[in-house]
Amino acid sequence: MCGICGCGESGSPKKWVPVSQANALLLTPSHSHSHTHRVEESDDQHRLIQMEVDLLSKNNAYAEKNRAYFKAHGIFVLNLVSSPGAGKTTLLVETIKALASHFPISVIEGDQQTEHDAQRIRATGARALQINTGRVCHLEAQGIAQAVAQLGVEDKSFLAIENVGNLVCPSAFDLGEAHKVVVLSVTEGDDKPIKYADMFYAADLMIINKMDLLPYVDFDVARCIAFAKQVNPSIEIITLSTTKGDNFAQWTAWLQNAMQAATHSPEL
Amino acid sequence: MHELSLLDNVRTILEEHARSQQFEIVDKITLEIGALSCIESEALRFAFDTVMNNSLAQHAQLTIKHIAGQGRCVACGKMTPMRELYDTCLHCGHFQLDILSGLEMKITELEVR
Repeated sequence: MCGICGCGESGSPKKWVPVSQANALLLTPSHSHSHTHRVEESDDQHRLIQMEVDLLSKNNAYAEKNRAYFKAHGIFVLNLVSSPGAGKTTLLVETIKALASHFPISVIEGDQQTEHDAQRIRATGARALQINTGRVCHLEAQGIAQAVAQLGVEDKSFLAIENVGNLVCPSAFDLGEAHKVVVLSVTEGDDKPIKYADMFYAADLMIINKMDLLPYVDFDVARCIAFAKQVNPSIEIITLSTTKGDNFAQWTAWLQNAMQAATHSPEL
Repeated sequence: MHELSLLDNVRTILEEHARSQQFEIVDKITLEIGALSCIESEALRFAFDTVMNNSLAQHAQLTIKHIAGQGRCVACGKMTPMRELYDTCLHCGHFQLDILSGLEMKITELEVR
């Protein structure tokens, strides 16, 4: 909602509105106007501009364009996030092996450096494009639009975006995905959901990976799930082992169900 | 350090507004940052001068208004203050709170010439 006039509209400002017009608009119940209101001008050319522009507005605009494109082309998109080393790439490799016969799969890999992850994905036969973010710690929506075009992502397909391994920064940047999936492994701390609450708040599914290593580490699964639910009561949870295959079918079933739900709903 | 990316976005927004609203210099920028947003105000302040260097806001003064977090409990319906996303209802201890404020991160005011 616009906090200046309370009109209930949002979005980035389009044009300047003189104060007289802005005041007039305030009195009109149904109106359409810019969210920039010029309120004061003094003789020495100083003036005050009031506005409501989200710091993420540029990224969010690209994300919405991506989302519309994905919807129009029947592309189901997941944004995978985790700390470095939680097992995202291995999870994707095994997912491609399990589901490649069902629908086309492509992967956008985000890492600060190297082509290593994209090479691992390409070895499965799936299309993959590596984005090297350099010093930047997350992927942004504009880069995804370019990658999708470059990769030639097929219609009616599954696109996985493997974000930079980082539980902080990627939480804020919508890429146009249907769901954020956060991967946590049992070799990490079980309190990560409250240590990095922004990410677990933003995710729809938490995968607890490397469950085969549970006997060797000090990780309390119930405690981890309780923390995740405390941050985000609606988060779904799957515990699995990618390398041993335990419970892996629950993840592929979740993915297929989510894909079907997204493809058949007005909002992808 | 996503604050750098967000400040880069601020710089772009300022440049767009300078063209559409015909100003050349920004003297003051006011941001509203919610307590539950993913932004660290100190990191914003730290990076501000670097990102704005050689821009129309290179000498601008940054003001950050902090917005307190507040939620409504889904279970008991009462309002409760929130300092963290995982805070529980102050009245009944329930986890599920609808966040009413605290997620803001926006530019609210510019002083320009």
